[in-house]
Amino acid sequence: MSGAILRTEGLGKRFGGFRALDGVSVAFPEGGVTAIIGPNGAGKSTFFNLISGAMPPSEGRILFQGQDITGLAPHRFTRLGIAKSFQITNVFPDLTVFENVRVAAQARRVRFDLFRDRAAYPDLARKAEALIAEVGLAGREERLARELAHGEQRALEIAMALAADPVLLLLDEPTAGMSPEETRTMMDLVRRLAAERTLILVEHKMKLVMDLCRRLIVLHQGALLAEGTPDEIRANAEVRRVYLGKSA
Amino acid sequence: MSGALTAPAARGGTGRGGRLLRQAARHRVGLTLAVLALFPFVAPYEALAVNILVLGLYALGFNLLFGYTGLLSFGHAAFLGAGAYGTGIAIVHGGLHPLPAIAAGVVLATVIAAVMGFLAIRTRGIYFAMTTLALSMCVYYAFYQMEPLTGGENGLRGINVPALNLGLVSLPLIDPLVKYYVILVFVGTAVWLFSRLLASPFGAVLEAIRENENRARACGYDVARTKLVAFVISGAVCGLAGALNAIHLSIVPIETMHYAMSGEAVMMALLGGMRTFFGPFVGAATFLVLQDGLATLTSHWQLFTGAIFIAFVLFLPSGIWGEVVARLKRAGS
Repeated sequence: MSGAILRTEGLGKRFGGFRALDGVSVAFPEGGVTAIIGPNGAGKSTFFNLISGAMPPSEGRILFQGQDITGLAPHRFTRLGIAKSFQITNVFPDLTVFENVRVAAQARRVRFDLFRDRAAYPDLARKAEALIAEVGLAGREERLARELAHGEQRALEIAMALAADPVLLLLDEPTAGMSPEETRTMMDLVRRLAAERTLILVEHKMKLVMDLCRRLIVLHQGALLAEGTPDEIRANAEVRRVYLGKSA
Repeated sequence: MSGALTAPAARGGTGRGGRLLRQAARHRVGLTLAVLALFPFVAPYEALAVNILVLGLYALGFNLLFGYTGLLSFGHAAFLGAGAYGTGIAIVHGGLHPLPAIAAGVVLATVIAAVMGFLAIRTRGIYFAMTTLALSMCVYYAFYQMEPLTGGENGLRGINVPALNLGLVSLPLIDPLVKYYVILVFVGTAVWLFSRLLASPFGAVLEAIRENENRARACGYDVARTKLVAFVISGAVCGLAGALNAIHLSIVPIETMHYAMSGEAVMMALLGGMRTFFGPFVGAATFLVLQDGLATLTSHWQLFTGAIFIAFVLFLPSGIWGEVVARLKRAGS
């Protein structure tokens, strides 16, 4: 596929003797939302960890904008423009909401300034405030991250991911453990974010993403089962058998 | 004079206490120095005041890793010792002026910290603690064996610096009060630089790593390199403390490098409050005054400091100064 922002070629991951992922070759189009779905144990999170750089693959290649990024250190992925939000909430618990986002924004701008005051970078403060407002946390700036509700922490994490100015944003089950109300808010946010950048979303709940994404990738038992538009996936007999039939 | 870790973000309520706390956090260097400048007049005797100053700096340097970066090192005695030996050897065997001798001590400590840090930062948690402990014992034995240079078991003797000659003036270090203030100039400068470091963007990265290493990495920070830089700076500060201690004591006992000394850094930081700027000094003062007082009463003083330390860990984990700051904050909000 031309215009692919991210492409994997024969991507695989073994943990000891266990093959968590085997020979997955897919291309993610630029813009919009692509969802990775599949039943429990399908290898979604492993696949996510590989394409977000959290762990290196055992075999295969990852290409980002045509550039081979296989095996790069995790922080390099972020600097290239690939940011992620983890499945388990992953913030800086004892720092304020503001400082959480500010330090995330700082990574792009200044990493080894040992002498000037942090406040000497007002652009970072402004960026942090804007992102906090964008994810709906305005007014919470001075609260500690650990004092936030679960849904708010997830929103905070997305603000932190956005602070890296990503062209590609990876979200691992952004609505995991959320109330229906929080889930709706989160999905609205995802929709808004996708207007300006490419999103790849791992999701367990297929219904949630069907009306949202342009393309779906279905994993099953560590291998690619199907890919296509939501309509194609709905019509796919194989997918219905392993996935829809059971959980829908 | 405190500044919790989130000092620049100015937390702590809107009440009077909160405002006071924010003001204090902003002027933490000035307040720290003011207290230290008046300190010899309240300390039981001047030599103890110098001890507290020097070991307070040692605990402060250690706390950059422990309280701010979240790395528990059990090897910082190596840097304290390297600073002391470096300075002592430069004076005794090299006949150097005290100022370049201090620089030599700091450089030696920094180099050793770079090597130890390079090896240790690959590990985490208990493995990091054990690696630093093992490496510091290697350094200990190396200095122990180099007897012609270091005096071996007897320690390095004869570091006589009766006066600090600065060209126009000569400061008589024999006068304990003069010695205190000369050392305070060094400690004060280090405290000021240290405070700048903590308030800097780099300080923010250290906090981020302490809070959540994975997230810091995901933000785009090179965690390993940042830790190494923090480790080396921490070692350099402890090296300066050692260098000053050598001039203060006129001798470098081999125990300076012993791992028990590494343990004392942990104790002082915890007693005072590892999450506060001023805590390490409070911890050093508490520890040394306790030691001083108990040692005159019983030869088993370590038993009692140990018990007090355990009580603190169990019942006041935020430390003396940490508790004071927390109370002020509560009163403020």
